[in-house]
Amino acid sequence: MVDVALIDHVFILAAILFCLGLVGVLVRRNIIFMLISMEIMLNAAGLAFIAAGSAWGQPDGQVMFLAVVTLGAAEVAVALGLTLLLFRRYQSVDVDNLKELRG
Amino acid sequence: MQDTFFLVIFYVTAAVAVLSTLLMISRLNAVHGLLYLIVSSLSLAIIFYLLGAPFAAALEVIIYAGAIMILFVFVVMMLNMGHKGVEQERQWLKPGGWIGPGLLALVLFAVFVPALSGGLVSTGPRLVSAKAVGIALFGPYLLVVELASFLLLAGLIGAYHIARPPEITGDDSDSLTSARHHDDIAIEPLQGAG
Amino acid sequence: MLDWLWLVPGLPFLGFLILFAGQGKMPKRWTTLVGVGSVGLAALVTLLIAVEFYGTPEAALTYRQTLWTWMEAGSLKPGFSLYLDGLALSMLFVITGVGFLIHLYASGYMYEDEDFPRFFTYTNLFVAAMVMLVLADNLVLLFLGWEGVGLCSYLLIGFWYRDPENGRCARKAFIVTRIGDTAFAIGLFLLFRELGTLDIQDAMSAATATWPRDSGTATLIAVLLLGGAVGKSAQLPLQTWLPDAMAGPTPVSALIHAATMVTAGVYLIARTHVLFQLSTDAMQLVALVGVLTLLMSGFTALTQTDLKRILAYSTISQIGYMFLALGVGAWSSAIFHLMTHAFFKALLFLTAGSIILSVHHQQDIFKMGGLRKALPVPFATFLVGCLGLTALPPTSGFFSKEQILNAVWSSPTGGQLIWAGAVLGAFITAIYTFRMFFIVFFGEQQTEAHEHKGFKFHVPLIVLAVLAAVGGFFHLPLTSALPHAGHDHVPLGVEVTAIALPMVGVLLAYLLFYRQIPALRQLFETGPLKSLAAFFYSGWAMDWLYDRLLVKPFVALARWNSKDLVDQLPAVVSRGAALFHRLLSLSQNGQLRYYVATMALASLVVMAVAVYTG
Repeated sequence: MVDVALIDHVFILAAILFCLGLVGVLVRRNIIFMLISMEIMLNAAGLAFIAAGSAWGQPDGQVMFLAVVTLGAAEVAVALGLTLLLFRRYQSVDVDNLKELRG
Repeated sequence: MQDTFFLVIFYVTAAVAVLSTLLMISRLNAVHGLLYLIVSSLSLAIIFYLLGAPFAAALEVIIYAGAIMILFVFVVMMLNMGHKGVEQERQWLKPGGWIGPGLLALVLFAVFVPALSGGLVSTGPRLVSAKAVGIALFGPYLLVVELASFLLLAGLIGAYHIARPPEITGDDSDSLTSARHHDDIAIEPLQGAG
Repeated sequence: MLDWLWLVPGLPFLGFLILFAGQGKMPKRWTTLVGVGSVGLAALVTLLIAVEFYGTPEAALTYRQTLWTWMEAGSLKPGFSLYLDGLALSMLFVITGVGFLIHLYASGYMYEDEDFPRFFTYTNLFVAAMVMLVLADNLVLLFLGWEGVGLCSYLLIGFWYRDPENGRCARKAFIVTRIGDTAFAIGLFLLFRELGTLDIQDAMSAATATWPRDSGTATLIAVLLLGGAVGKSAQLPLQTWLPDAMAGPTPVSALIHAATMVTAGVYLIARTHVLFQLSTDAMQLVALVGVLTLLMSGFTALTQTDLKRILAYSTISQIGYMFLALGVGAWSSAIFHLMTHAFFKALLFLTAGSIILSVHHQQDIFKMGGLRKALPVPFATFLVGCLGLTALPPTSGFFSKEQILNAVWSSPTGGQLIWAGAVLGAFITAIYTFRMFFIVFFGEQQTEAHEHKGFKFHVPLIVLAVLAAVGGFFHLPLTSALPHAGHDHVPLGVEVTAIALPMVGVLLAYLLFYRQIPALRQLFETGPLKSLAAFFYSGWAMDWLYDRLLVKPFVALARWNSKDLVDQLPAVVSRGAALFHRLLSLSQNGQLRYYVATMALASLVVMAVAVYTG
């Protein structure tokens, strides 16, 4: 179907998305944006799995993608619950409010 | 000719994915950010389809663009930040704040590229059907399925417990309100975990 | 009967154990029975042993009883073994006999005290330790008793511990005697290194065999032992603790001064007299310590106003006579004086206790006065005690002091100058004794007095008064245990002077304090004599001197070193750990994004290493 270079390009796309997600996590103080950025990073990882799986013609890549999706779903559910707690406590979604956790 | 068409679609969707992600991380309004995340997910679904993984593409649309997004939207609604939230974001997002994370991401990218490219000797993407995935899931990866179910159950119970409003917990509510009356006493950080 | 020897220290110790186990919860009647009874039984056993002892021929007057081996380390095998000879028996008489009378008196004197059982717990242990000291056949066991006596004196001086001042006095007694004990211990180590044994009899025979006369080592060991004796017996320069030891209850003072504790030093030197005989220098030193102490404390006693402190200084002075006797080689005279002194000093202290109790714990003699009518029995017994202390014939003190003074005159380590000092001391003794006597019992009555009557108060006083009166006729079985100082022929004039001077002293005291002749009083209350009296009153400013010379610099040094220089090195480690901890906890700043960045950076580094090296 396509030449070998495409797989490399898919990997590079995954890397770009992952790095953008990381930038989002680091830059935003709004915890909702941080969580969305983490979804991007998870997506990027899933993309890499699928690309590898399809390159070999094996189903394992998609199985791992399923695992990633499951992880993401569970993570988002718990994290959004924590977000609600944070907001209830400080009337704000600023993650820097959690500074009190310092040692 | 078909290959060219294929490649054009791939690069266009890839560009859309990167662009929408960039826009997503830079939005001031959370709903806007979520919309761009949907765009990003949808383009990724197309890429999955192009890579010969139609099952994964369907899951991406259903779970990300469907379920997870709904969760986010609910929470944004419950918080109800509105214009106040936008003003807040404008204060928080200073241009100088992008430099450090950007540099870190660049270096990370620089490490990723040689690590990921050129190592794979493959003939190109091949179709992996949903049937093959199902056989793998309930064959050698049965344990992964079980673990995923455990994880989801734990996520469900955890989310329910954590997000439960404090008023429901009966006895605790008294102590919470009384504690709020004595704000000068430094027990404020201790409460609220329930 | 000699097999029962172990009962003499054993009974008081058993009494101590019972009282100790009773925790002060036993009824007072039982406490009295155990506390007084144990010492009484010990006195009875001593008497029975003495009867058998006197029956055996003089030459074989030793008895050894090994109970068990205490410890074994190489050639050092000190055992719990007792050694009885004439010297030990004489001491046992004094300790258990006088001790019993003091206990009997104390059972009345201390009856109202809330810590009545604790008192007898301590005194029983005190007697047990002292008996152990006297009966020990090796110096290690002797040292055990020696330290036991020190401990009990500390506990008893600080008996009324609720007053911090009493605690201070107790600590002073403990620490000052400790200085002497350290010298004693060093002497023991040296003795063991040189002779390889600490058994007293073996060591004494080995000493004569090993060292020539006036050998340096013998002198050194003798001087170190003297240091221990000086500390325990409150002689110059370690005498400062004894006047402060008056903080304890009066029967304790009697016990410390008469039956136990201060006589331990005299006993130690008498016990190791062979060592001292080897060294003329050491003997000379003992004599000098004795004569200087007796003069100094005599002058101090002249100016004191506290009844018990006068008696305390008189004790120091009388023990100075014993040391003088030891120094001139009149060993048996020293022990004889020890016994007579025990009689009249116990009598004086117990009578003083009665007086003080009668006038509601007033101890200042100038606030008593005219007690002759109110307290007839104490008046009589106190008079006997004063006569004994002044050494007027025919009381017991006369015989013993006469022996000592004659020995000093003719001894090579004594001489006429020291004799003059001793006689001057006797003269002063007469003045301060009768000054006290006249001021307390004559003149105008200053306070009300209620005599405490009863068996427990009067019997010990009367028995002791009889002993103090006739004790001079006792014959102590010392001839086999101690070398006899050759019969002394002294010029008649010397003897007459020694007898007459105390009488002159009494007369002077009579004129000064009974007749109160104005011209004489004028002399003492004005001019240089007054400031001299103030100097004497402070105990020759010895406390002040030691405070400046030793205590203050030591406290300053301790304060300076209170951070402990040696601890600084390990502290570097702990401080480094604490610093590192603070640095690390800085990294835990609660900024979630900072954590994410750190994690990303760390993964980046790991990945980079994996990619570029692998």
